[in-house]
Amino acid sequence: MAVGKPVKRIDAIAKVTGRAEYTQDLLKPGTLVARYYRSTIAHGRVKTIDVKKALNLKGVEAIFTFDDVPENKFATAGHPFSVDPEHKDVEDRLLLTRDIRFMGDEIAIVVAKDNIIADQALKMIKVSYQEYEPLISPLKILDKKARQIHEGSSNIVGEHEFAFGKNVDEEFKKADHVIKGKFETAMVQHCHIENHISYAYMDDIDRIIIVSSTQIPHIVRRIVGQALSIQLSRVRVIKPFIGGGFGNKQDVILEPMVAFLTLKLDGKPVQINLSREECMLGTRNRHPFFVKVKTGVMNDGTMTAREMDVISITGAYASHGHAIASAGGSKQSSLYPRMATRFHARTLYANIPVAGAMRAYGSPQIIYALECATEDAARKIGIDSVEFRLKNIARQGDMNLLSGKEILSCGMAECLIKGKEFMDWDNKKKEYEKYKKGPVRRGLGVACLSYASGTYPVCVEIAGTRIALNQDGTVHVQVGATEIGQGSDTIVAQMVAETLSLPYEDVRVVQAQDTDVSPFDTGAYASRQAYVVSNAVLRAANELKTKILNHACLMTGKGKKALDIKKGNIIDVNTDNVVMDMKTLSMDSFYHKERGCQLTAEVSFKTTANAPVFGCTFVDITVDIPLFKIKINEIINVHDAGVIINPVQAGGQVHGGVFMGIGAALSEEVLIDPDSGYVYNNNLLDYKFPTFMDIPQIHHDFVETFEPTSGYGNKSLGEPPVITPPPAIRNAVLDATGVCINSLPMSPRNLFVLFQKNGLIGSIRS
Amino acid sequence: MFDLKKHVKARSIDEAIALLIENPGARLIAGGTDILIKLRHGKQGFSELVDIHDLPQLRFIKLDENNDILIGSGAVFNDIIESGIIQTHIPMLKDAAQSVGGPQIRNVATIGGNICNGVTSADSASSLFALDAVLEIRGRKTKRNIPVSDFYFGPGRVDLKKGEILTNIRISQKNYKGSSGFYYKYAMRNAMDIATIGCAVSLKTKNHVLEDYRIAFGVAGPVPMRCKITEETMRNKKVSRKLLQDISQAVEKDVNPRTSWRATKEFRMNIIKELCVRATKEALKRAGEEI
Repeated sequence: MAVGKPVKRIDAIAKVTGRAEYTQDLLKPGTLVARYYRSTIAHGRVKTIDVKKALNLKGVEAIFTFDDVPENKFATAGHPFSVDPEHKDVEDRLLLTRDIRFMGDEIAIVVAKDNIIADQALKMIKVSYQEYEPLISPLKILDKKARQIHEGSSNIVGEHEFAFGKNVDEEFKKADHVIKGKFETAMVQHCHIENHISYAYMDDIDRIIIVSSTQIPHIVRRIVGQALSIQLSRVRVIKPFIGGGFGNKQDVILEPMVAFLTLKLDGKPVQINLSREECMLGTRNRHPFFVKVKTGVMNDGTMTAREMDVISITGAYASHGHAIASAGGSKQSSLYPRMATRFHARTLYANIPVAGAMRAYGSPQIIYALECATEDAARKIGIDSVEFRLKNIARQGDMNLLSGKEILSCGMAECLIKGKEFMDWDNKKKEYEKYKKGPVRRGLGVACLSYASGTYPVCVEIAGTRIALNQDGTVHVQVGATEIGQGSDTIVAQMVAETLSLPYEDVRVVQAQDTDVSPFDTGAYASRQAYVVSNAVLRAANELKTKILNHACLMTGKGKKALDIKKGNIIDVNTDNVVMDMKTLSMDSFYHKERGCQLTAEVSFKTTANAPVFGCTFVDITVDIPLFKIKINEIINVHDAGVIINPVQAGGQVHGGVFMGIGAALSEEVLIDPDSGYVYNNNLLDYKFPTFMDIPQIHHDFVETFEPTSGYGNKSLGEPPVITPPPAIRNAVLDATGVCINSLPMSPRNLFVLFQKNGLIGSIRS
Repeated sequence: MFDLKKHVKARSIDEAIALLIENPGARLIAGGTDILIKLRHGKQGFSELVDIHDLPQLRFIKLDENNDILIGSGAVFNDIIESGIIQTHIPMLKDAAQSVGGPQIRNVATIGGNICNGVTSADSASSLFALDAVLEIRGRKTKRNIPVSDFYFGPGRVDLKKGEILTNIRISQKNYKGSSGFYYKYAMRNAMDIATIGCAVSLKTKNHVLEDYRIAFGVAGPVPMRCKITEETMRNKKVSRKLLQDISQAVEKDVNPRTSWRATKEFRMNIIKELCVRATKEALKRAGEEI
């Protein structure tokens, strides 16, 4: 039995011994280096470009500008293809552009022998611009007279509205109190260790091979085909080990360009390996949100009505565009499902770097606003923050009125109770009454979340698994589920071992993916991987098990019901005795001259459910008012992610998420000049990603439920842990100081302004 | 890959000086934690390097016959952290060294580089200012001593002539004996960050009276600085809570922080007024005073 066990990661040794091969380890000898020429202004058009001098530099292979690239615009979002044309992603991108939409936009590209020559050539390129006023604030972007960043768009990428439950307006009228709040979140970065890197070459007259650090190999293949107008089957995408993605590699960023370059250069290998600075400027980030929330609440603490109005900023290009605000809106609907709810959102273009997918895809922004607003409602009524939530949260059997589906598994209440006990909430609440005055204060905070386990019914949820029995009695597994560091290969191995009753060590998962041979799956995103692949793995493993037992019957002459597999052996079910080991069976299936065949199973399966997950953060903080600093004394995340397949990996996911959430709460923010669109801090010195010295010991716990729509009872966990630390910390700051900090991050520079506004500065000094 | 034209390793101080004279465009590189960043950014003027990394003649921490503390310019921050001499006599410099970068940086970055780089945020600089450290500089046939407070011309500009090398830093006994100090670094992160404000306090007390009081700041002006007016005013004052408030009031007139996109002048001033209190309090604690 492997499910539920803290087995060692399948790739742990390969990684810690440095043998795991990443894209950069696989470069072919003589691979050329391509470097982008990026705009130095945020909004404008190239008047002239002169590359002559650069082209003459020794070692420069070629230079391409916006004049040299195909004219068909393509969408970069790593979504499955939509058969419904209404649902297609916005196609607004060219390989290189003459129209400048953000500082860092890609105007030209130099291909050279090495990066030093490429950089020298970049300095020799002369560009003159026609400049336009950068559009950065929503007010300016939505001004009727504002220039359209993309012609015909009115600067709006998407807009939608939904309502569920009772009549929202009437519920507001009936409510004892109506509380309003305005909330803002910042642009933050993924900061995966491995920057974006891709290279491409041709191994035949008409075949392009792309090796890339991507979360979505099969989608890359489709989009490269679209961008270059070539048949999909002429593109082969290989995904080696990946050094993290967090959504930033759920976007097709470098692959169409390297494919284009190798096509232009007779199939020579060409790489693009972004520097950290470029990666932080020219890939993707998290959409900043502006959210207005209105909450109707009764004196007994029941929340009855809620209205949310959202503005999401996608930056210069649509990328995932409005899907972020849309997903954030729908995934919150399981949290407080009994309230009458209305949700409206718009996504705007702006002359800032491009937002795309990032861990939890819109939910960190929406849940932040929602859980701040919920806290404000609890305080208005005067009910304890945990009690108030317990009154209003989802319970098993509640209907999600937006999806029309019943909530089949829900451990939200148990999560809150566990978290509260861990924190010693009631006692600390009393104790901290003493720390509400003076320069250093203490407070407690809580926030809840709901999320989903995939993207259905918005997108298809398809997963493929192939399992083959080896001659030595072990199995090799191929999945389309993409290992990007999150541990999905380990989970798959555990599932296969569980169903086939094999020792975990006897299951090998083929790590590298190759679209020529790997089963189809749309990739790693939406925390879907373990949930969606579970249904394909379960079916494939069951199929192979049947084939193995059938062959055992052929060999022994026994009936099907007489035999089973246990710990890698064929056993007699009546006596529990070992009939033969798996190797004996396998050798016979391969090499017996008449009976049997290679035993394999392959299943492609579409999951047509989407299990909601739940969780919460509890936090205990100290606010140092004169230094504008927040210190976390204790923090715990408790999650209902269904059955936990591997408690160690699951814990790791939670810790990583909390870490990232604390960063977004306290320090991380891309700083952009509001007038020029200049990005100040696209580097890890000035972008204040926390270090281990900034993060307290993180605690976690689980409430295990069983989700019937999943192969092994498991639900999603990859993204949810990042969602609740920011609102929990904000609520703790409110508890400590009485001040509502309604924008992220709560960094010293921002706290300084807000503390000043609220009269906390000057009078209080230690 | 760096665009490096020339890299020569010096085996002695004399050879390093000779190489600098021979290659007028060359710069010294020791730990490289500042130089390599500039090279990576393609900055002009760093493509020729004379390497003094790990030169034994520059890497030491010792007491001389007068009990002055001598720190070789090639001493790395970890040397300072681990030095018994520093721990015993000037723990404040250990605080400062401990606050630099991360473990890897502290293993290679040198105190000499930190000073000669000429930036106001250098963590070791404010402590050396408070200790009235003297820099010993050698040229081809010259040798001169200069107080650290005279070394800085402006941001990134220091008093080093062509062919000159900072060989060691001298902290004379009178400047540390009987003193207690503390360095308080205020940054946006607890590691891997540059100071928003750095504050070093060194003081002596006798019968609960401040006999000597020195306070220096980094990032409170274009170069590291001492607050001379505050120091004068506080000398011979009784240790009390009132004293701390007075210091907080007084430093405002001494410092000159500026607004940058990283932090506004107002923000920095607020931090300065609080850090001086906290650093003084900690230094007083080390002196055995109670407040």
